[in-house]
Amino acid sequence: MSLYKVTIDTIEIEVEPGTTILNAARRIGGKVVPPTMCFYSKLKGSGGKCRSCLVKVAQSSEKDPRPMPKLVASCSTPVQDGMVVENITSPEVVEARKAIVEFLLINHPLDCPVCDQAGECDLQNLTYEHGLSSQRYEEERITFERIDIGEKIQLHMNRCILCYRCVYVADQITGKRVHGVLYRGDHAEISTYVSNVIENDFSGNIIDVCPVGALTDKTFRFKSRVWFTKPMNAHRNCSKCAGEVVLWESGEDILRVTGRKDQYGELEHFICNECRFEKKKTSDWIIEGPRKIKHSSVISQNNYEYINPAENNDGNLGIT
Amino acid sequence: MGIKILTEFIDLPDLNRFEVYRKHGGYEAVEKVLKNDTPDHVLAEVKISNLRGRGGAGFPTGLKWSFIDKSTDKARYLICNADESEPGTFKDRYLMERNPHLLIEGMILASFALGVQQSFIYIRGELFYVLNILEKAISEAYAKGFLGKNILGSGFNLDLYCHPGAGAYICGEETALIESLEGKRGNPRMKPPFPAVSGLYGCPTVVNNVETLASVPWIVKNGGEAYSKIGIGRSTGTKLISACGHLKRPGVYEIELGLPVEEFIYGEEYCQGIRNGNKLKAVVAGGSSVPILPANLILKTAKGEPRLMSYESLQEGGFETGTMLGSGGFIVMDETTCIVKNLWNFTRFYHHESCGQCSPCREGTGWMEKILHRIESGQGKMSDIDLLADVAKNIEGNTICPLGDASAWPVRSTVRHFRTEFEKHLIEKRCPYIK
Ligand SMILES: Cc1cc2nc3c(=O)[nH]c(=O)nc-3n(C[C@H](O)[C@H](O)[C@H](O)COP(=O)(O)O)c2cc1C
Ligand code: SF4
Ligand code: SF4
Ligand code: FES
Repeated sequence: MSLYKVTIDTIEIEVEPGTTILNAARRIGGKVVPPTMCFYSKLKGSGGKCRSCLVKVAQSSEKDPRPMPKLVASCSTPVQDGMVVENITSPEVVEARKAIVEFLLINHPLDCPVCDQAGECDLQNLTYEHGLSSQRYEEERITFERIDIGEKIQLHMNRCILCYRCVYVADQITGKRVHGVLYRGDHAEISTYVSNVIENDFSGNIIDVCPVGALTDKTFRFKSRVWFTKPMNAHRNCSKCAGEVVLWESGEDILRVTGRKDQYGELEHFICNECRFEKKKTSDWIIEGPRKIKHSSVISQNNYEYINPAENNDGNLGIT
Repeated sequence: MGIKILTEFIDLPDLNRFEVYRKHGGYEAVEKVLKNDTPDHVLAEVKISNLRGRGGAGFPTGLKWSFIDKSTDKARYLICNADESEPGTFKDRYLMERNPHLLIEGMILASFALGVQQSFIYIRGELFYVLNILEKAISEAYAKGFLGKNILGSGFNLDLYCHPGAGAYICGEETALIESLEGKRGNPRMKPPFPAVSGLYGCPTVVNNVETLASVPWIVKNGGEAYSKIGIGRSTGTKLISACGHLKRPGVYEIELGLPVEEFIYGEEYCQGIRNGNKLKAVVAGGSSVPILPANLILKTAKGEPRLMSYESLQEGGFETGTMLGSGGFIVMDETTCIVKNLWNFTRFYHHESCGQCSPCREGTGWMEKILHRIESGQGKMSDIDLLADVAKNIEGNTICPLGDASAWPVRSTVRHFRTEFEKHLIEKRCPYIK
């Protein structure tokens, strides 16, 4: 099949038909990659919701008669041959993205100092990179009670941005619908027909896919700020999952076990609950060495392997 | 009286009974088509008629039908969108309640043209009594051999089902409707793919409004050419307008497209002017989503030409000075109306009905409602006006489905045309209309 030629922020690339604008941009890498809060390449059906990946299609192809220019969600819009896309080169996109960040924050508690996710929160990073420096919202925020999802996971809807990633995880790992969304609009809530989803061996992954501090690991909650911990790559022979994890250590103790995230903040592999919640002794693991953390991340203040900032040009503040 | 295509017999008692409908030419179009015609011919007639979708967007119906890929062996579906929930719009209900067989006949014809063997009426859940009327009519049509297997011996099979919604406006959006019909949460889908490619159960699907489908029997009987001569320019045919608000004679009217707005509001045949001899203040011409216009701009365009009830004329001037025909929900406000309060009411509706999938609409609709509530109750400040318009601007065009736009347009247009009224609220620190 012949390839489609796409131009993103003046850079040309050829991709297979069916590729989304986002994936074409990721192929180029660097600053032209739009931020994503809801899309997750490993979760079928995800994307389209947060709108932080909006880009401007300045020109579509001759085949696509829809009126352009137009802002579209890059994660769920396939490229057309000859498409011209603007991301950071479009002032309109920069403005729209500020607006999206503002929307994501108006009902967010903004209490990062007491949130467990601080330091590894995609919303924090997004706001820092793309948001406004002041807020215009003065109304009361919508609040919810904390809910325990089983013994190990806590849901705090106040922080949820309704990205639906956890819903897709639950749908994918269980095969029957156990976790969904209740109610509508800004009162929508993540719901769980609790016991079912928790019984699944892979339920803990909903913590790792959550871009914010809405789903947190109760075995870790408030034990430490993430930047005081030492992230170490480690693995073990596990019959259920790949057994490749990150151990978050403090002194001799393993405070937390998570999956390994790639440069887009996505898990490389889903890990099982046994690895995540049960294996908290150093002797459970074969330690590979310190995990590389981007220079720009607060977590790297504890990092002893310096990463050259010049290499760190992908515009992403997350963990690599 | 202009020509009546949908409502000619609407006042006959018992028109909802098969025999009465049949006696007045009902199902003749089906007979004609099943005996002598090909599906392509029906499609061609609809194309020639220039019929445009009556659900709000005005998309050409023949073109929509021609997007259906007939080369696959997948099932194809037709869905009638009878979810009518837009504030100010109540024309489909009127039609279904009085003349259910007309819709059924239209669906048989459309199904034949599209090669559909199963079709659905997705009806607003609150219209339970209309559902009963429809189901009764459908069972009559089955009994008389107009639905079911081998209709009139032609070999064409069609089953027709009704499905009531559960009280969500968003399920009127065609992809949310499809999700809901599949038994899922009514969240709009990402487009593309469009329903014509992947709709109900992933199969090619056409979604059409009640009034659109009900126009098809006349077109088939009289020819697309004849239909295209009714109306004006690219706005062919007739349109049901549900007129409400401060009118002497509100109600549902079938008008020929191109009727001057002034005649519709003041004409003896139509709404007969404003109640109590009051002055006209503003009109929302096409259901709560479309931009509101002040009296001078609804009666005449910015260029000073008389404004007509047609897609093009109402759009004249773009959103700066124009509006849209939309679904035909014509809401009229006289000088006693507080425009800010009206806007607050509309915005409250969109906030309540947002599905919550995408962040601009989920968060923005609630924010706008809160700002408006503040202004209306005398708690606002001057900067709120621009903030409000800016929030609306940030929603518009940035959402998954048009509900986001629908929430933004009334806000932006009200601020554009009635800024002084907001200012009055803010200066007086109260609603000037509350005595
Ligand atoms: C929020 C929302 C609500 C809608 N509600 C309705 C409705 O109640 N009835 C309707 O016919 N179309 C409604 N529509 C438009 C439909 O999505 C669709 O365009 C229409 O049913 C197509 O039919 P038509 O081409 O015959 O107009 C709605 C659209 C949106 C975005
Ligand atoms: S809980 Fe987290 S993962 Fe789930 S929808 Fe909310 S933000 Fe997304
Ligand atoms: S625009 Fe509003 S109603 Fe439409 S998908 Fe987004 S949140 Fe839902
Ligand atoms: S990442 Fe594309 S809309 Fe959320």
